[in-house]
Amino acid sequence: MSELPEGVERRPFDGDDRLATRGEPVYGEPTAAGWRAWDARRSKLGAMLETGMDVGLAGGERVLYLGAASGTTVSHVADFAGPTYAVEFAARPARDLLDAAASRPRLFPLLKDARKPETYAHVVEPVDVIVQDVATRGQAAVANANATFLDDDGRLLAAIKARSEDVTAEPGDVFEAALATLEEQYEIVETARLEPFHEDHLGVVATPR
Amino acid sequence: MDVALTGEPFTEGRARGAMNDDAWFAGLDPGDTEAAAERVRDGSAAAPDEWPTLAVDTDFAESEADYYDALHDATMHATRAAVQKAERAGDRQLVHAVRAMDDCERTANEIAERVQEWAGSLFEDAGTGVDGARELAERDPATPTERRVVALAERVVDLDDEAEELRAYIERTAPEVAPNLAALASPVLAARLIALAGGLESLAKKPSGTIQVLGAEDALFAHLRGRAPSPKHGVIFTHEYVRGTRPEDRGSAARALAGKLAIAARGDHYRGEYNPEIERQLEERMATIRARGDGNE
Repeated sequence: MSELPEGVERRPFDGDDRLATRGEPVYGEPTAAGWRAWDARRSKLGAMLETGMDVGLAGGERVLYLGAASGTTVSHVADFAGPTYAVEFAARPARDLLDAAASRPRLFPLLKDARKPETYAHVVEPVDVIVQDVATRGQAAVANANATFLDDDGRLLAAIKARSEDVTAEPGDVFEAALATLEEQYEIVETARLEPFHEDHLGVVATPR
Repeated sequence: MDVALTGEPFTEGRARGAMNDDAWFAGLDPGDTEAAAERVRDGSAAAPDEWPTLAVDTDFAESEADYYDALHDATMHATRAAVQKAERAGDRQLVHAVRAMDDCERTANEIAERVQEWAGSLFEDAGTGVDGARELAERDPATPTERRVVALAERVVDLDDEAEELRAYIERTAPEVAPNLAALASPVLAARLIALAGGLESLAKKPSGTIQVLGAEDALFAHLRGRAPSPKHGVIFTHEYVRGTRPEDRGSAARALAGKLAIAARGDHYRGEYNPEIERQLEERMATIRARGDGNE
């Protein structure tokens, strides 16, 4: 199992050791002694850490988070990372994202379309890590479009959701197609299915070409 | 990241960046959050840059920490304003949008067929469908006749692009108008259901049996006249829970989904708050229904 980033620890909650970060609670997660449990079932990045993928996070990185939704995962990321840019396309979840960002001065919420990086390139600086969890068609294309933000020695941590691409196709086929597209811009370092935490999701670690 | 401060390894970026007018803070008064928010919302740049360093170099901020504080204020302000504005969009707009999207798609396909017919008589390698029209629209017409065919193909491209724009608009607005329906059914299916019912309020007042067959009115009335079996599902067939369930169990799946959609529509209309419990219950029910198939094999 690879090491956890600084600021992420396994802490006991009701007798179970669970991933946790330090920060204001966001979504009613259990807390203990200033730590808040990070539920791998509600977070693909949490699942990637939980399954021992080599995400290469040390803590303190500059992060661009695509598909921040209500801020569940990005709030944990902001707890251990440096400046964190959270892009979300839909207004309703962005309302909750604002609540998560209110107590995190280095979490920057942006109501933008991740398919159009030019609409936030005037705000987002080059980053060390892109975390991607967008549930739309063309997930690999989104990662490619945003490669411009990633430093040469940076990393892409993406969760590909098979059902978002094609509900009728075999997840294995969908993943293969997505990886082929990703390889236009990235070198794939590692992939792993995120079961049992998330069904039909593929975790991907990649570096820019 | 400190490397950028020295200037050397990033000479190219810095030379361009030294006066990068694309920056959200370019020319702004550091205290003017209102103007900053507007720039965050409406600005753009071809590529990112070392904005924190630039902000300090151009005296917008005293330090990186100072810059990030200003950025936090500006992004919070911009996003809050945009969220408030978007949430005022109503279900009527959604109904118009989903109908317009269908119109665009249908018309694009119809004209693409005409283009294909016509282009086949002029060009050797004319493709089919909307994709074929897209290729054709790129051509340089050599004769007045070809000009008409290419122009027609361009109309197909425009319509197809607009259908995509409308889909994006629906994906953005449906979760605000009907958070539970959009979560349970997908934004586009949620919009279709609202359109078929004639509005969110009337959808919220329909029994689940009606929601189950919305969009299958022809089959339903044939059944009511005694000429056909009862339809198991209407537009909700496009949902993975129905389509992805084996045919013997699709009736059960459609009934379970329609039941939760009815609850979701009522939650959206009367409370307007997202309730993850509905989705969880449906997942549980679907697991039971799908387990039937697994046991028999």
